[in-house]
Amino acid sequence: MFKKILVANRGEIAVRVIRACRELGIHSVAIFSDVDRAALHVRKADEAYHIGPAAAAESYLNIEKILDVAKLSGADAIHPGYGFLSENAKFAQACADAGVKFIGPTVASMEMMGSKTRARQHMDVAGVPFVPGTSRGLESAKEAEQAAAKIGYPVMLKAAAGGGGKGMRLVHRPEELNPALEAAQSEAQRAFGDGEVYLEKAIVNPRHIEIQVLADEHGNTVYLGERECSIQRRHQKVLEEAPSPIVDADLRRRMGEVAVRVAKAASYTNAGTVEFLVDHDKNFYFLEMNTRLQVEHPVTELITGLDLVHLQIRIAAGEKLPFAQEDVRIRGHAIECRIYAEDPDNNYFPSPGKITLLLAPSGPGIRRDGGMYEGWTVPIEYDPLLEKLIGYGTDRPQAISRLVRAMNEYFLGGIKTNFSLFRRILSDPDFRAGKVDTGYLDRLMESAPHVVKRGDAGIAAIAAGIFAILEPAAVPASEGKLSPNAANGTGSEAAAAGWKRAARIEALK
Amino acid sequence: MIYDITIDGKSFRLELDRTDERWHCRLDGRMVRMDAVLARRDVLSVLIEGKAYEIKRERTATDMHLWVGGARYAAELRDPRSLRSRKTAAEDEKGPKKLFAAMPGKVVRVLIREQDEVAAGQSILVVEAMKMQNEIKSPKKGTVQKIVVSEGANVNPGDVLAIVE
Repeated sequence: MFKKILVANRGEIAVRVIRACRELGIHSVAIFSDVDRAALHVRKADEAYHIGPAAAAESYLNIEKILDVAKLSGADAIHPGYGFLSENAKFAQACADAGVKFIGPTVASMEMMGSKTRARQHMDVAGVPFVPGTSRGLESAKEAEQAAAKIGYPVMLKAAAGGGGKGMRLVHRPEELNPALEAAQSEAQRAFGDGEVYLEKAIVNPRHIEIQVLADEHGNTVYLGERECSIQRRHQKVLEEAPSPIVDADLRRRMGEVAVRVAKAASYTNAGTVEFLVDHDKNFYFLEMNTRLQVEHPVTELITGLDLVHLQIRIAAGEKLPFAQEDVRIRGHAIECRIYAEDPDNNYFPSPGKITLLLAPSGPGIRRDGGMYEGWTVPIEYDPLLEKLIGYGTDRPQAISRLVRAMNEYFLGGIKTNFSLFRRILSDPDFRAGKVDTGYLDRLMESAPHVVKRGDAGIAAIAAGIFAILEPAAVPASEGKLSPNAANGTGSEAAAAGWKRAARIEALK
Repeated sequence: MIYDITIDGKSFRLELDRTDERWHCRLDGRMVRMDAVLARRDVLSVLIEGKAYEIKRERTATDMHLWVGGARYAAELRDPRSLRSRKTAAEDEKGPKKLFAAMPGKVVRVLIREQDEVAAGQSILVVEAMKMQNEIKSPKKGTVQKIVVSEGANVNPGDVLAIVE
């Protein structure tokens, strides 16, 4: 087993991995940029090293600096988390060259799955079901026209190097194809430095369902059930659950077996996720494989009773999978809400700032995987995911009611969050009936907003008076706005100013 | 203590005192049985007529918001005895004061006739906006010089509703 693991990430996933290290008796090493000195992952790790400025390209994406820290700290393995360098084959190769174990798949598997067109070519050979389309990049507008005519409209144009919806275009009619192709190619070029675009039949309002796989380095590969990830906005997942309300034991087995076939065709090792589109007739099509731990991995952990990060570390250390496919049991239901620092009144734009008050939910069936704390300032430089709130129950209705209850206990002051969106989804009849697809969230948000009852103005008035009596000298939250996360002393100066002020008020009494 | 409190633009007069851990509370003159504990900074546990509320406060340098349940209320508080409040109050006393509509809505009731005497904080008319009924109150003690609108009239933000002399 490893002695020391460097966690090449930040935020909640870095905290998640550091916790697993501590549970396994492995020392953890955190890295941080200029604006992350006070971040939770730095507080929780055994060791922490500064690696550069706020810009990710100069810190969390800087392979050379990260490997320098690995060498300096004596780490024998690196966990990449998700995002940043987690799917970067060059990084995995650099780790191997430096003699540090990369906790993830091999460089060859990552390269194969990193290009959607290359993955398609390999999976075609393995007999994996696909959405009909071209498995190669389109060379010309003419080729695109012919392919689209053969497949039938509507068609979807996609970037080979893509992700996050960039370089994607839905085309309904032949005359729309040419301009859409040019737009997709230039967008892909700008976003990924690669303008390769291919074409697929568009499945209208499909479900997005993915299968978790685990493979050890001794040829054993298992699937751990599915996750329903259809609730998305701008191609970003918002809420995920396991199991999917529409997947029965037979479909789970069939999808799982295809996912294992995909993993084996790529000689895949460690944790990975095979994504599928599922149409209205429950036909499923391979979409892509994510060669890393997913944000939404906790829902699988809750319904299987397994710890995926522990297993990732054990597999990377050369251990065999401690169970076989027939030992995997699915029990209960889990739902994850991604809590973001976003402003619902401003089109869900990131809304970072200082967390002045945090009242966290707890109790039966509630798990929180977070990277924030009260008093911390959410930096503007990174993805504003604050925490994943996960509800678990005997069945889906109980998981939902626990989450609704937890949302009532939950309070974050000082910053705007997307809480109201989850209140809305969790109370929506279609969601409660399990009727979701990738168009669900856009439809919900176009419908008339849920009206919050506002009949307690008198109660608020009484409370305002009580606060004035019980907490008259409290320092306004804004006094801490001088970047308390920075490595220098401005934060403590602000605190000292507040302290002096409080002392003055005390003296006046 | 007496406070003039504005919640989402609606005015309240609150009399609040605490003696020997017992609270005495009157809201707009009406006695309210209540108890309150500061659970932690910016969090109150309040019991009002047996109902339990957890109330959170959010503040910036310029404003304050209170959360009751899932609703967020903009709150302003004035202690009429404080220097600044006395000054504004004194200014308020001078001359005729106009009452304006804050939101588009409909006048559902006129409670006072022209030339009636009113106390500060006394309701003059009720405007329904966004399905909520808001009482428009007199900002000062005086005489209602003119009521500009009648029941059933639609009003827009900034419209003059009444003038108190």
